[in-house]
Amino acid sequence: MLRCGYALFWLLGSVLLICVVSPVKGEAVVTHEGSHLKLSKSSHSNESQHGHSSNATGIPIISFKWHHVETSYLVAFWMIKEKKKYILPLANREVIEANHHVTSVIPESALLICFGFILGGMIWAADKVQTFTLTPTVFFLYLLPQVILDAGYHMPNKLFFTNLGGILVHAVIGTCWNAASLGLSLWGCQMGGAMGISCTGDLDIGLLQYLLFGSLMAAVDPVAVIAVFEQVHVNDVLFIMVFGESLLNDGVTVVLFNVFDAFVSLGGPKIDAAEIIKGIVSFFVVAFGGSLVGLGFGLLISLLTRCTKNIQIIEPGFIFVLGYLSYLTAEMLSLSAILSIVFCGMCCQKYVRANMDENSVQTVRYAMKAFANGSETIIFVFLGISAIDKVIWVWNTGFILLTLLFVLVYRFIGVFFLTWILNRFRLVPLEFVDQVIMSYGGLRGAVAYGLAVMLDENKIKEKNLMVCTTLIVVYFTVILQGITMKPLVMWLKVKRAAVTEVSLLEKLTNKMFNHTLVAIEDISGQIGHNYMRSKWKYFEENWMSWILMKPSARKKQDQLLDVFHQLNLKDAMEYVTEGERRGSLEFVRNENSIIDFKKKSESESFDINNANISNDHGVMSNTRDPIPSVSLEMHEQTMKAVREAEAINAHHLLDQHLYKSRKQHRHRFSRSHFDINRDEKEVQEIFQRTMRNRLESFTSAKMGVKPPKTIVKHTQKEQQQKMPNGKSMDKAKTSYSGDEGSEGDSASGYDQSYMRATYRAGAGIENPAFMPDLDPMDLLQIPPWLAESELDSSMVALSHRAQVGLPRTPSNLRRLAPLRISTRSTDSFTLENIPDTQQMDSDQLPPPPPPRPPRDDGYV
Amino acid sequence: MGSSSSSRNKIPNAQELMDQTGFSSAHLLRLYDRFECLDRDNRGYLRQDTVDFSSFVRILAHFRPTDRNRNKEGTQQELPNSRTRKLKFAFQLYDLDRDGKISREELLQVLRAMLGLQVTEEQLQSIAERAIQEADLDKDDAISFDEFKKSLEKVDIDTKMSIGFLK
Repeated sequence: MLRCGYALFWLLGSVLLICVVSPVKGEAVVTHEGSHLKLSKSSHSNESQHGHSSNATGIPIISFKWHHVETSYLVAFWMIKEKKKYILPLANREVIEANHHVTSVIPESALLICFGFILGGMIWAADKVQTFTLTPTVFFLYLLPQVILDAGYHMPNKLFFTNLGGILVHAVIGTCWNAASLGLSLWGCQMGGAMGISCTGDLDIGLLQYLLFGSLMAAVDPVAVIAVFEQVHVNDVLFIMVFGESLLNDGVTVVLFNVFDAFVSLGGPKIDAAEIIKGIVSFFVVAFGGSLVGLGFGLLISLLTRCTKNIQIIEPGFIFVLGYLSYLTAEMLSLSAILSIVFCGMCCQKYVRANMDENSVQTVRYAMKAFANGSETIIFVFLGISAIDKVIWVWNTGFILLTLLFVLVYRFIGVFFLTWILNRFRLVPLEFVDQVIMSYGGLRGAVAYGLAVMLDENKIKEKNLMVCTTLIVVYFTVILQGITMKPLVMWLKVKRAAVTEVSLLEKLTNKMFNHTLVAIEDISGQIGHNYMRSKWKYFEENWMSWILMKPSARKKQDQLLDVFHQLNLKDAMEYVTEGERRGSLEFVRNENSIIDFKKKSESESFDINNANISNDHGVMSNTRDPIPSVSLEMHEQTMKAVREAEAINAHHLLDQHLYKSRKQHRHRFSRSHFDINRDEKEVQEIFQRTMRNRLESFTSAKMGVKPPKTIVKHTQKEQQQKMPNGKSMDKAKTSYSGDEGSEGDSASGYDQSYMRATYRAGAGIENPAFMPDLDPMDLLQIPPWLAESELDSSMVALSHRAQVGLPRTPSNLRRLAPLRISTRSTDSFTLENIPDTQQMDSDQLPPPPPPRPPRDDGYV
Repeated sequence: MGSSSSSRNKIPNAQELMDQTGFSSAHLLRLYDRFECLDRDNRGYLRQDTVDFSSFVRILAHFRPTDRNRNKEGTQQELPNSRTRKLKFAFQLYDLDRDGKISREELLQVLRAMLGLQVTEEQLQSIAERAIQEADLDKDDAISFDEFKKSLEKVDIDTKMSIGFLK
C-alpha cells in the first residue's frame, strides 16, 4: 500500500507539474514524451484547432485545457504503466486495494480499453465532440513500429524457424480463408435478407466491399496477442504459433486490403484474370520484399554495431533508428512494413547482442520494452477513447452480430482444418486443446481498426458501420476473449510454459542430440530439418559471423559456454549474497581469510580462486591442478571465525586508509563515453596497495613453510581476482606497461612464475621485497619510530605520494599491530591477521638498517 | 502390395525386426534400400563388417518418434523408442568404455569433440567438472545411468531424439 501511495503521490505531482508547465509554454506541446506521441499530439492539436476555428471563439479555451489535461493524463498514464502497472489507481482510486486481483483476472489490455472508455467519456462530456481518435497515420507510423520491433528483437529464433511451416500456413492460408469466408458469408446473408433489420434501411454493400471488409477483419492482431498471451504462459510451441501467425499475416492483410481496395475502386466489371494474377503476384512481392528490406536493415545494424567499439554510447540508438527506418522504407515502397521490422529485429538480434557492450545490450532491452509498453498502452487507450464517438456508431444488429459470429466460427474452422493437415507432417502434433487456444487466441485489434478507418468514405458508403463493427469485434475479442483466456487455459489444462533451470549436462546432452540427429538423418539418407539446420549453422558460423561479428565476440558464441558462464555467475552471486546475509563481505575482500584457509587446505582455496577467475573473465588460468572445482562454500567457515575481530579492526583500518584524495575529482562529462568517474591516481594507488598486500602475504607464506608452487601461482590468481574490479585491473596493466621495461629482469632469480606475475602487474620493480631470500635484511628498513614520524607527515598527501610510491602506514596502525608496522607492511587492511608464524619471524629478525632515502621508502 | 511383400522377403528376419523395432514394413523397405545404398561392396555389413542390417535398423529405431496410440496397447517388450531406451542410447554415446558410468575423461572427450577449438582445455575441464557435479548424486565423481536419467528428467527426450521421417 505504501508503494501504491507513493506511486500515486508521484504521479499526481508529475501531473500537476506538467499542468503548471504547459501553460507557461503556451501552446507548446508537452515534450516529455517520445517523438511519436508528440507528433500524434500535434496532429491532434491541428485537428482540434481546425475543428474549433469554425465555432465560437470561447470554446477553444475549453478544448485547449482539455488538450492539456489529456496530454498529462497520457503521460501520467504511461508512468503508471511503468510503475508496477497500477492502472486502476488513476481510473478508480477506491479500488486500489483490489488492483492486484483485478490485473490478475482481467488482462491489462482490457483494462486499458475500459480506461479509454472513461477518458473518452470525460472528453466527450467536456467537448461534446470526439476530439481524439486513433488515426491510422499515427497508429501505423508512430505507435505500431515499437511494439513490433520489440517482438522481433525478442523473438525466440530457433523456436520460430522450427515452426515456420506451420506459422506460414496459418498466416497465409488461414488469413485468406478468414477474409474470404467472412466476406462471402456476409454477402450471402445480405442476399438472404438477414441484414434487413437495420435502422437505415438496406445496406449498400457489394460483394467486393464485403470482401474488403473481410480482409481487414481477417488478420490476427499482434499487439492484442502479445498483450493477452504475455499474461497467460502457455507452452512455447502454442505461443509461437499464435504469435508468429499474428506477425506474419500482416503481409497477407496488406495485400488483401490493397487488392480489394483497388478492386472496389475499379468496380466489379473491370476485374479480369490479369488483375487477379497481379494481386497474387503482388502478395509475393509485398511479403518477400518486406522481409528482404528487413533483413537488409538487420544486416546493416549488425555491421554497424561491429564497428562501434569506441562509441558504445550510441550503439543502442542504431537499433532503434535503423529498425524504424526499415519500417518506413518498407512502407514507402508499399511493402509489408510489419514483416520488414520483424525480420530486421530477428536478423540483428544475435549479432547485436554479441557485438555490443553488455551495458548497451541492457539499454536496448529496457528501452525497447519501455517503448513497446508505452505504445501498447496508448494504442489500447485510444481504442477505448475512440468508442465514445457518436459519428461512428451506426448500429446494425444483423451485420454486427453476424460478423462476430462468423469471425469466431471461421477462425475455429480454419485453425482446426489447417492444423489437421499440418499434424500429418509434424513430429509433435498439436493437440486438441492447443488448437482450441489457437482459435480462441485469434484476437483482432488495432490493426483492423486502423485499416477500417483508412477506408475511403466515398467508395464505401457504409464505412461507419464497418468501423463500428470492427470496434465491436475488437472489444469483444480483446476484452471478453482476453478475460476468458486464462480460465480457459486453466480449464483445458493446456500445457504451460515450464520454468526451466539450466543445467550444464542438460545443455550438453541437447547439443549432443542435435549432432546425433544430424548424423542419423545423414545416415538414413534424408534431408530433414536437422540436416538443414546444421548446414545453416555451418554457413552462419563460417560466413555471417565472420562478417558481422567482432572477432572477440566470435569465439564465445557457443551456448554451452554461455550456460557455463551463467551458472558460474549465479554461483558467485549467491556466494556474495550469502556473505552479505551473514553481515559482512570481508571474507570476499579480506585476503587474510583466504590465506589462513589456504594454509589449511591449499588445493581447495586454489580451486575457489580458479572458479572466481573463470566467473569474472571466463579465462581459465593455466593450472597444474587437474580440475578446478567450483564449490564456493569453502570460504564461509573461515569467515565466521575471523569475522568478529576483523570487523572492528577492518573498519578502523578502512577508515584510516581509504584513499583520501584532495578534491581532484574531475567531473568529466563526455557524450560518447559513460565512464565511472575515477581518478587515475586513485586507481594506481589502489592497485599498488593491493599489490603490496600480495607481496606481503606471499612473503609471509614464504617465511613460514616453504610453499609449494601452487601457492605461488595462487598469489598470481589472487591478484587478478582481488583487483578492485576487472576493469581497473586492465587499466592498471596498460597504464603500467611503460614501466615494464628491462628493469623487470633485474629482479631475477626467484620463482619464475611469480616474477612474471608481479612483473606484469608492474608494481614494485625496485622493491627489495621481491627478493626476500637474497636480502632478508631489507625487509625491515624502516624503524618504527621513523616510520611513525614520516607517516604522520605523509598522511596529508596520500594521493600525491602515490605518484612517487606507495603510501606508508599511518601512525595509529602501530597501535593495532605493533610488530607489523615495523616491517615493510604498511597499508594492508588486514595486517593484524597475518599468521603468527610470520610475526615470530619478524621478531627474530635483526634490527633494521638505517632508513633509506624517501623515494626508495615509497616502494618498501 | 505384391511387390512390397516380395521385396520384403529379401530382408532377413523382417517380421522379427518389425516386432522389435516397431517399424512398419514400408519403413523397413526404405531403410533396406538405404542400407544397400550405403553398403557399396554388397557385403551385407557396414563399417568394417560390424553393422549388419538388423543392427542398423535397431539403432535407427531409437529415433523413431513415439506414437502415443500404439504404446498404450501394451506391447510385451519395450520398444527401442521408449524414453528409457533413448536415454540409454544417449548415455552410451558418452560412456565410451561401456563401464556403465560416465567418467570425467569420457565427458571431456565428448566435450572436446563438440566444442572443438573454441574453448581452451581448462575451460573444457571446468565445464566437465561442473557437469559431473550437477548430476553426480553419490559423489563417486562419475555419472551413472540412474543419475543421468534423473538429471535429464525435464528434457523432452521423446521430441529431441526423434526424426520425423521414421514416423
